[in-house]
Amino acid sequence: MNTLTIAKREMGSYFTSLIAYVVTTVFLVMSGYFYYTNMVMFVMFVGSDVKLGLWQQTFYDIRFVTVSVLPLLTMRLFAEEKKMGTIELLFTSPLRDRQIIMGKYLACLAVFAMMLALTMLYPVLLKIVYQLEPAPLAACYLGLFLMGGACIACGIFLSSLTENQVVAAMSTIGVLLLLWFLDWNEGIAGSAVVQVLHQLSFSEHFLNFIRGIIDINDIVYYLSVIAFFLFLTGCSLESRKWRGIK
Amino acid sequence: MNAIEVDHLTKYYSNARGVIDLSFEVNKGEIMGFLGPNGSGKTTTMRMLTCFFPPTSGTARICGHDILKEPLEVRRKLGYLPESVPLYLDMPVRSYLSFFAEVRGIPARQRKARIDEVLDKCSLTHVAHRLIGKLSKGYRQRVGIAQALLHDPEVLILDEPTIGLDPKQIIEIRSLIKGLGAARTVILSSHILSEVSAVCDRVIIIHEGKLVAVDTPHNLTRRLQQTPKILVRALGPAEAITKTLRSVPGVLSVKPGIDGPDAFIVDAEEGLPVINSLAQALCAQNLSIAEIRPVDMTLEEIFIQLVADDTEVRRQ
Ligand SMILES: Nc1ncnc2c1ncn2[C@@H]1O[C@H](COP(=O)(O)OP(=O)(O)O)[C@@H](O)[C@H]1O
Ligand SMILES: [Mg+2]
Repeated sequence: MNTLTIAKREMGSYFTSLIAYVVTTVFLVMSGYFYYTNMVMFVMFVGSDVKLGLWQQTFYDIRFVTVSVLPLLTMRLFAEEKKMGTIELLFTSPLRDRQIIMGKYLACLAVFAMMLALTMLYPVLLKIVYQLEPAPLAACYLGLFLMGGACIACGIFLSSLTENQVVAAMSTIGVLLLLWFLDWNEGIAGSAVVQVLHQLSFSEHFLNFIRGIIDINDIVYYLSVIAFFLFLTGCSLESRKWRGIK
Repeated sequence: MNAIEVDHLTKYYSNARGVIDLSFEVNKGEIMGFLGPNGSGKTTTMRMLTCFFPPTSGTARICGHDILKEPLEVRRKLGYLPESVPLYLDMPVRSYLSFFAEVRGIPARQRKARIDEVLDKCSLTHVAHRLIGKLSKGYRQRVGIAQALLHDPEVLILDEPTIGLDPKQIIEIRSLIKGLGAARTVILSSHILSEVSAVCDRVIIIHEGKLVAVDTPHNLTRRLQQTPKILVRALGPAEAITKTLRSVPGVLSVKPGIDGPDAFIVDAEEGLPVINSLAQALCAQNLSIAEIRPVDMTLEEIFIQLVADDTEVRRQ
């Protein structure tokens, strides 16, 4: 109940501050652009394998927009409250820390879900001219949603560490990029290490989804990343008890 | 059961002392002043009482609930106005209060009536639809107080509720606090003595994190006015004036005042009508008096005196 109250306020704030509109617009324009260019490419050069290849290529591109846009949604969640001092109101209300964290997380996730829902317009339009297979597309959306959920959890954690929103956004982008390219180490590390990095990295798990494969391992991976970062956020809020915030 | 019982409360920050070994009680329905210069630990104490962070050692009970064991229960009983009056500036007043009414668990049916009530009490009804970010400091302060009053808390904690306001707003906020009703217990902090004595039933004085005195404002001023000081402003040659003032019986010393070349501060013995004698002496010398009045002690002087008294008592 309290979680939803917090989530409602955060959603309101996203829309009154226009952040949601700006971020959504950029996201829609860029993903629409990727849909379009990939489709043209497939029609011209490949032709045959639109069913799977098109989605794979398009979602591989959209993931970049997602990673660079979501930190702008998460940066304010705690940093702004710390800067404005409003965090003191929440911490002295009868709320548990985890309700505050989950409320903020759900609000951001809802905005992201809305952005994704709007991009569904493109395949719907495409369906008019080309008969497609919905199943692989569903896997792509599930993968992107889970990956985005992990990005948001990471962003919330870094936002809880600072009162500067730019620092929060930049460090989130840094960590997310690192998580993507963690497995680009074949040349340097031994093969066992590379195996581990593959498992830890965002990319391998995401690639499965956009190949049209829904594997429980990949779902569990993203859910664990989300749980891990939300847990760290809890620890970060808890630290006020021994550190004391201004 | 007292509304607030503070029991050897101590807080050390990583690099500074917050407060040391505070113990005091606040009765139900009492308005308690919390007086101390900046950095003396008022905010630190209030943040522990509101369960913002826990003490290093010691504890406190609000309406019988321990701040360490039942923080959520304590927060339910409390209304709190933080020192910096943090607010969500992007929200209209009514939505802001509605959010906190929900957080406070006020049932949906009663929410509107309750919000209307606090809006009215804090004279905010006519700005209810304005964005908080567009309101003046005085109005924001009232929004903060309205938020603290929403759930009709038994205990209200106000951290420097009048800081940064103009004199008219100060008077309004003060009468608002006074009118909060006898059923409610209030702690309000301030670094201005006159403010606390105007509103509070009792006053706690802290200095450098330590409690120096707990008493009624009346007793405190009586205790402190042992050696009266008198400010004299007279027209004429300074030497003649000094000489005349010195000649009055009961005068211990005459020093030039800091507020101008024609001002003098007279230290006098206790229990004599020295002001009258001073005035008569000046008149007799044909020196015209511009001003003559007892000097209120500044907060700093009170602390110096209280701390000195304190160490003296301990020595005996
Ligand atoms: N978050 C903090 N971290 C470190 N020291 C602090 C913090 N908050 C307050 N202090 C220190 O604790 C002391 C008491 O501060 P405070 O409680 O804010 O006093 P007051 O409210 O009476 O002005 C000061 O010396 C201050 O520097
Ligand atoms: Mg303070």
